[in-house]
Amino acid sequence: MTSRPELQAPPEVFYNDEEARKYTSSSRIIDIQAQLSQRALELLALPDDGVPKLLLDIGCGSGLSGETLTENGHQWIGWDISPSMLNVALEREAGGDLVLGDMGQGLGVRPGVIDGAISISAVQWLCNADKSCHEPRKRLKAFFESLYRCLARGARAVFQVYPENLAQRELILGYAMRSGFAGGVVVDFPHSTKRRKEYLVLTCGPPSLSSATPKAEGEDEESCSDEGSEDEENQTVSISDRHRPRKKQKLNKKVKGREWVLRKKEQKRRKGNAVPLDTKYTARKRKARF
Amino acid sequence: MRLLTHNMLSSNIKGVTNGFPLRIEVEKVVEKQVDFNPNFLKNMFSKIDYKALLEASRIMGYAELPDHADPSSLESDDFLRRFHHALLQLHLEEGSLVCPETGRKFPVNKGIPNMLLHEDEV
Ligand SMILES: C[S@@+](CC[C@H](N)C(=O)[O-])C[C@H]1O[C@@H](n2cnc3c(N)ncnc32)[C@H](O)[C@@H]1O
Repeated sequence: MTSRPELQAPPEVFYNDEEARKYTSSSRIIDIQAQLSQRALELLALPDDGVPKLLLDIGCGSGLSGETLTENGHQWIGWDISPSMLNVALEREAGGDLVLGDMGQGLGVRPGVIDGAISISAVQWLCNADKSCHEPRKRLKAFFESLYRCLARGARAVFQVYPENLAQRELILGYAMRSGFAGGVVVDFPHSTKRRKEYLVLTCGPPSLSSATPKAEGEDEESCSDEGSEDEENQTVSISDRHRPRKKQKLNKKVKGREWVLRKKEQKRRKGNAVPLDTKYTARKRKARF
Repeated sequence: MRLLTHNMLSSNIKGVTNGFPLRIEVEKVVEKQVDFNPNFLKNMFSKIDYKALLEASRIMGYAELPDHADPSSLESDDFLRRFHHALLQLHLEEGSLVCPETGRKFPVNKGIPNMLLHEDEV
């Protein structure tokens, strides 16, 4: 028993005609998707010059997210793997052009031409292996590399995602960073299980002022009375400089030097404990063969 | 699918080094009215591969784009209107996009190109 659609069937099977229609006729879903898309568009931080931009909507589905882009005057190209969802998008005249495609195969788009990308409630699908030939890591890599390539330098991609757990979020973010993106996670309403929403905010190109992770909403709010939300004290979780290999960042974390050991021993002595003498061997690393 | 989108798409079949531009095979073209926005067009011009747009518009039955254009062309309202029509108002409704290197066809139905790759093309 699970309520996560990602665990029930591949997306093009789960989103069949019936589900596509059900999804798009729920006014609750329409409202939520519109809000998520509006927030994603805000986080894209497009220049405020009134000029319409060319955007991608990845996992555009029946066009609920794209409609927000249209309402804000932008041109967009939507990408989705479910023909049924795209059919509904056609009926709704969502406004953008639609492509039937699998983001896990990489986006076939020319380099540097896209002004920004959003993806609403879709990228977590990439973490599943739906066919024997699917390797989630390869698919994530193909997706992020192709996305990085087609975005104009300095452009952003904002993904609202529902990761199944922390590891899945790290996996997605890890591949984004490895493809060259800078950025991090913005968590809106971190203290509420219901309203909590996660956005990956990625910038294409070297980190700069404009790639600083934006502020989350509802961070300072009182916990919305639901227990069990303290498991992660998430404020905005910023991910550090992508130019620094992750391995190195971890290395010098917990190694304590000779000075620290000497200080501790001195403290213990002052408390009257029996402490071995300080010698040249104190705090030396042991040989691997011990 | 508008020629704006055609101008962005490229074949990403494994091993293909230059998948752009996809050749268009036309079965049906439709025209849809779109608001004219000179700012968008001016902004877009530098990203458009003009030669590919020119050829595509001719295949789609529109012969009014000039053979050559450069940023100074954007000062002409007449050019902007033609550019607008070619880029945003012509839709490939039925037909195919053909990979220039392998000849593989991506069918276009109801205006939606099917860019799904087969397992051995990934
Ligand atoms: C929850 S729906 C969201 C649709 C739309 N963005 C919205 O806000 O209403 C998730 C969509 O992601 C699509 N999707 C899942 N995996 C995909 C993939 N590998 N490539 C393209 N689209 C995918 C599904 O077909 C589905 O339409």
